[in-house]
Amino acid sequence: MHSGFLSFWRNGFVSLSSILVVTVTLFTIVSLIFTNVILESVLADFKTKVDVNVYFITTAQESDILQMKSTLEKQPEVASVGYVSREQAIAEFKDKHKDDYLTLQALNEIGDNPLGARLNVVAKDPSQYEGIAKKIESQNTLLSGGVNIVDKVNFRQNKDIIDRLTKFIAGVKQFGYTFALILVCTSLLITFNTIRLVIYMTREEIAVMRLVGASSMYVRGPFIVGGMVYGLVSALLAMILFYPITLWLTGKTTEFFGGVNLYSYYMHNFFQIFFIILIVGMALGAFSSFLAVRKYLKV
Amino acid sequence: MIYFDKVSKKYPNDSLALQDINFSIAHNEFVSIVGHSGAGKTTLLKLLLAEERPTEGSVFFESVNVHDLHRNDVTKLRRRIGMVFQDFRLLPDKTVYENIAFAMEAAGRSDDEIAFDVPHVLELVDLNHKAWEFPGHLSGGEKQRVAIARAIVNQPDIIIADEPTGNLDPVNTYEIVQILKKINDIGTTVILTTHNKGIIDLLGKRVITMEGGKIIRDDASGKYVL
Repeated sequence: MHSGFLSFWRNGFVSLSSILVVTVTLFTIVSLIFTNVILESVLADFKTKVDVNVYFITTAQESDILQMKSTLEKQPEVASVGYVSREQAIAEFKDKHKDDYLTLQALNEIGDNPLGARLNVVAKDPSQYEGIAKKIESQNTLLSGGVNIVDKVNFRQNKDIIDRLTKFIAGVKQFGYTFALILVCTSLLITFNTIRLVIYMTREEIAVMRLVGASSMYVRGPFIVGGMVYGLVSALLAMILFYPITLWLTGKTTEFFGGVNLYSYYMHNFFQIFFIILIVGMALGAFSSFLAVRKYLKV
Repeated sequence: MIYFDKVSKKYPNDSLALQDINFSIAHNEFVSIVGHSGAGKTTLLKLLLAEERPTEGSVFFESVNVHDLHRNDVTKLRRRIGMVFQDFRLLPDKTVYENIAFAMEAAGRSDDEIAFDVPHVLELVDLNHKAWEFPGHLSGGEKQRVAIARAIVNQPDIIIADEPTGNLDPVNTYEIVQILKKINDIGTTVILTTHNKGIIDLLGKRVITMEGGKIIRDDASGKYVL
């Protein structure tokens, strides 16, 4: 162990290339973790904001609407149903467009309340919205005379966004994994080459070791340990780098994405993240060293 | 102790390095192997160390076929054989003391054993006063003495010296041979390869003469005849 550390300290410059590339790899992996966290949080946020709005015709009876509400509430997939009466709807509208003079004036011209009441249906799981929307569309409470009281079910638009976001996240993940994989392979190659170089540089010592009958482990050990040291140093570097980066990014992203404080996530999960990249880094180093030693070190 | 049984070695390019070699060496013998360059002396040694495999025949070390040994056992075998070379093969960035200690470390000896044994062998080769010098600051003779010290520090059964005086002047040559004789007197078998007539005549011990991959003479107290 001791001689492993020593020999890699002495071959410092040569080790640098390997350390750098492993650091970049680990850095990417952590970035991926963070990106994942942010995107998942955005998606979750979005899902809570999604609901199905059922718009009723202006002549629908409140009692019919309320009956529909209670029917819906009884459905197992439905989490809650909010009732917005015609008066509330118009008040909301006026408030939303309070700076829009033209619209307000147009409203006055109409005189009557053009808006119908609506029900906001929130499902327990976004995947169930489609089912709920279909049910509503098919089960319409009829007015006497058989007129459909439901004017419109506003689900399709939100569904689109959810679907697109889900696809986008999947795409980002895919890209991320591929990129990380490429980097892992690159790290393996470069560390492999570095160890090969160190084997060459220390060939005299190795020859003498074999001469005096050193065991395989004695000869190979330092190289494998050296590879692991690369991984260790790279992991440390990556973690140190992330500290200021998360601080900086948190300011920028909290507002934009909302709800995810990167820096606090980082600090909170510091040991888990460090542990992951430490294992990955050291495994990378040890594995590529092992391969190099097997190929170039004849014991 | 060592027995070569109908050993032949042919290299891939069809060159015949050794042909039908048969001889044995007993404990505590001092044997010199002489011959021109290319006679096969070094190949013989390589076969003994299991660095090469014979094309035909077997090499026995204490009744064990060297080439049937598992790799771990080969390293154990090598610890029982101390090697000295013409080009010394010392580690340039270690001191004399460290070069010798290194051989013990590699053989898995403890720090206490190292601290005890290294000064002893340094005294044997009369280099106590140079323990902390680097090989670069030593003369040829001194370097070879360090190499010998390294070879004997693990108390091997055999010392093999492959042209140990090839790079040395006559005075140093004489000194090195005297050290080897002293080691043999203590009880270690010594195999020496050389083409230095002076050493052979000086020693008056057994001489095996090789030429073209064959043994042409084996004299108990030989004279150098080529």
